[in-house]
Amino acid sequence: MSSAAQTTNGMAIVPEQKFSMRGAYGKALVELGKTHPELVVLDADLSSSTKSGLFGKEFPDRFFQMGIAESNMIGTAVGLASSGKKPFLHSFACFVVGRFEVIKLAVAYNESNVAITGTHVGVGIGEDGYSQMGTEDLGMMRALPNVICLQPADDVEARSAAEFLMDYEGPSYMRITRQNVYRVHDENYRFELGRGEVLRSGTDLTLVASGAPVGYSLLAAERLSGLGISVEVINMASIRPLDGELIAESARKTGAVMTVEDHSVRGGLGSAVCEELAERYPVPVMRTGLREFGGSGTEADNYRIHKLDVDGITDNARSFLEVIRNKA
Amino acid sequence: MAERNPLDIEEVKQRARKREPVIPMEQVPDAVRAIRCDIIEMIAKAQSGHPGGSLSLAEILVTIFSQKMRFDPSNPEWEDRDRLILSKGHGVPALYATLSWLGAIPREELWTLRQAGSRLQGHPARALLPVVEASTGSLGQGLSIAVGMALAGRLDHKDYHVFCVLGDGEIQEGQVWEAAMAAPKWKLSNLTAILDYNKGQLDGFVRDIMDIESAAAKWRAFNWHVIEVDGHDPTAIAAAVDDAKTVTDRPTMIVAHTVKGKGVSFMENDMSWHGKAPNEEQTKAALAELGC
Repeated sequence: MSSAAQTTNGMAIVPEQKFSMRGAYGKALVELGKTHPELVVLDADLSSSTKSGLFGKEFPDRFFQMGIAESNMIGTAVGLASSGKKPFLHSFACFVVGRFEVIKLAVAYNESNVAITGTHVGVGIGEDGYSQMGTEDLGMMRALPNVICLQPADDVEARSAAEFLMDYEGPSYMRITRQNVYRVHDENYRFELGRGEVLRSGTDLTLVASGAPVGYSLLAAERLSGLGISVEVINMASIRPLDGELIAESARKTGAVMTVEDHSVRGGLGSAVCEELAERYPVPVMRTGLREFGGSGTEADNYRIHKLDVDGITDNARSFLEVIRNKA
Repeated sequence: MAERNPLDIEEVKQRARKREPVIPMEQVPDAVRAIRCDIIEMIAKAQSGHPGGSLSLAEILVTIFSQKMRFDPSNPEWEDRDRLILSKGHGVPALYATLSWLGAIPREELWTLRQAGSRLQGHPARALLPVVEASTGSLGQGLSIAVGMALAGRLDHKDYHVFCVLGDGEIQEGQVWEAAMAAPKWKLSNLTAILDYNKGQLDGFVRDIMDIESAAAKWRAFNWHVIEVDGHDPTAIAAAVDDAKTVTDRPTMIVAHTVKGKGVSFMENDMSWHGKAPNEEQTKAALAELGC
């Protein structure tokens, strides 16, 4: 795999180079803090991991260390928001969404202007194992009536999404990775709510990906192209609202859609895409991602095991197209 | 529905905006009685609701709102208002009735409690009715929100006070103790919690279900200033709030000893009245006993 995968906007993935999503996010909070006095940041004893601690160093008066008490952190953020602050609260996705019912009532039902950031998502976190992995968080958060759900693909998008959330009024959830990821956007990219993004055009298969797997999906598309399969790659950073129109449009062209995410195949991007296609333009869909508990291992091992790396995505895409061909 | 000599809302507004008593202290017991009448009528009309824990709250809410709160009934979003979160959301008929008495909710709306489309949900819903400070009803969550409000007041150098009313059974929830640990960390003396210690919960007496004793000692151990009062004595409640405001280095917990179902003898200390509505005959008896 020597050739870089080219996106339609000219951005090329450099396979040897990965960038920190949470680092970019943490720096974005610091920048936003300089211009937005209403921005306050909360963390539950993970600020050096979530990178919210960067804000804490710069603005100690607007940083609240809540201790290992996520439920109270969520409620405190709601109280701050009700008095005009814009709280960004942080923990691992697993732990914060684990306090789901507090989010449901205090954040969602109050229509509270709180931004929830869950880091360390998926099996990509590696060695710490399943108890630390956010693997069902989107399924839960997406079920709430008025919470927007974001999942950036790289550091550029994480920064842009943080800027977007600063100005957004209402409850939000964003999940970001522990591990460094491929960069698929140039510096001028701006996140847009409810908009998917065609990173590469193709005619045989649509890959809808979100989060860390987006880079791998682009590289897989490049490899599949060498095998005579033309793949369209869509980055879906806005999981809710979801750009169903774009997905349906692509499905009309390719007739087959495969989703790729480092999250359970139940309830996350795969489910959301199926819901949209079922109502708009039903075509065969293959959901790829986590089908069982994750476990300890290197990020590379975990992505190989769960078929989220270039080999895995390529393999899944080929078998999917074969199944469709055999049925036809 | 019982007629009621209404307050002059303009006068209420003028006084309440300055945190002055909206009625003289000696009139509080009468107001409390009228609130209890409304609670019974609302729940009877809805044929559902929680009379026991609403009746126990009446003196606490009426005393704080009429004597100690800075608010503007016509402007629930006023930045400088004192805030009161009813964390034990099932007691909300008492809150709706009190807010209506003070002119913040039209009186006729009280009789829509728990009906489809009503702003008066079975448990408080802020998005529908902004005069309630927070949507509550899942027990254990209100004190955390109160902590956030008190922190925001600190950040903005505002002198508003935050009250939070908890149920006794409610403090069995772990989140309460997360908040109990957090508030003293920031020395939130602008936060006063009130425990409606009515000794009962849905399944029975608190002491049998999951004893919270010694409640006062527990809060003291968490570095709160703790005051124990008779929660049916308006003068004692008002004095406790005054006492709380003299403390500058920690939040206050007022442990208010109350009687579940207070004022209606057949409901008092009978846990079957935690969450059921009286029938027609029982309603008549309750209203007669309250002198409605």
